[in-house]
Amino acid sequence: MTEARTNRGHDHDHGDPHAPIVADGQPSYYEIMETAIRELLVERGHFTAAEIHRQIDLLDSRTPALGAAIVARAWTDPAFKVRLLADGRATVEDLGISFYDDTGLVVLENTPEVHHLIVCTLCSCYPRPVLGLPPEWYKLKPYRARAVAEPRSVLAEFGTVLPDEVEIQVHDSTSMARYLVLPRRPDGSDHLSEAELAALVTRDAMIGVRLVELPQGSRS
Amino acid sequence: MAETETSHDSPFAHVVLATGEAVVFAPGDRVRVDDRKPVGHYRVPTYLRGKTGTVECVYLPAQLNNEEEGFGRNGGAKRHYYRIGVPMTEIWPAYAGSPQDSLRIEVFEGWLERIGA
Repeated sequence: MTEARTNRGHDHDHGDPHAPIVADGQPSYYEIMETAIRELLVERGHFTAAEIHRQIDLLDSRTPALGAAIVARAWTDPAFKVRLLADGRATVEDLGISFYDDTGLVVLENTPEVHHLIVCTLCSCYPRPVLGLPPEWYKLKPYRARAVAEPRSVLAEFGTVLPDEVEIQVHDSTSMARYLVLPRRPDGSDHLSEAELAALVTRDAMIGVRLVELPQGSRS
Repeated sequence: MAETETSHDSPFAHVVLATGEAVVFAPGDRVRVDDRKPVGHYRVPTYLRGKTGTVECVYLPAQLNNEEEGFGRNGGAKRHYYRIGVPMTEIWPAYAGSPQDSLRIEVFEGWLERIGA
């Protein structure tokens, strides 16, 4: 590819120098294989292109914002929290969130005594219906191996240092159930609305690698 | 879930369950994870084979053995999954963290063996 060609289409100026965003490489072996299999399956009537896009839309609609809204609801509605901890899937389904992959959902409440951490050592089991796709590091071997062997070191690398009195419970989700951590509500957040609380809840906090914190200077 | 009537006077006392239908382990039961090494698809991580733990809860209802299901055998008998708790020091003798740290994992009934009384 010549320089003249790659530069075409990126002659605008937005004060943010970066390489042109182009898709001019050859597709990889696996991309070609995926395309070939997909086209064959569509051609033979196993499913339609519209169904594939429906599934992509489904996955795109599942993001950590759903989980964060569930956490904020549990923090502000005690009856909801009781139901959520007793039967995660049914309670979340009542909100209109489907479990398209037919997994279970167990919600684990962090307390001053117990801190929960989620991992899948075998692959990448993850509560996708409520969090969407897992982050890359969650699927890679260093996290998967170390989370069950040295969870406190892993947590420390995320900036989460817990006293020895706090029991760390590592949940290796390998079969039917998926796990969602209900983090501890931060001190000094009493004045926040449910929506404001949800904005504080990160994906990492719902995996259990980080705590939920108030932004600097917002403590009342 | 409704509680089962167990009194001998109950008109339902003599119902016979299918093989494998009843829940086998109760919370608090001590169990050992089998250390067999099957070839193919399995769901029990190697680091847990042969380790002992305590049943924390049973997942209801019973489920297909997903190791069999992995080979397309979807008609098999169902069994229960149990969540067991295993101390980190049981899994890793040189565990560096607090001795009360622990692991939770769901294990299919066929992998668990009752130990002790």
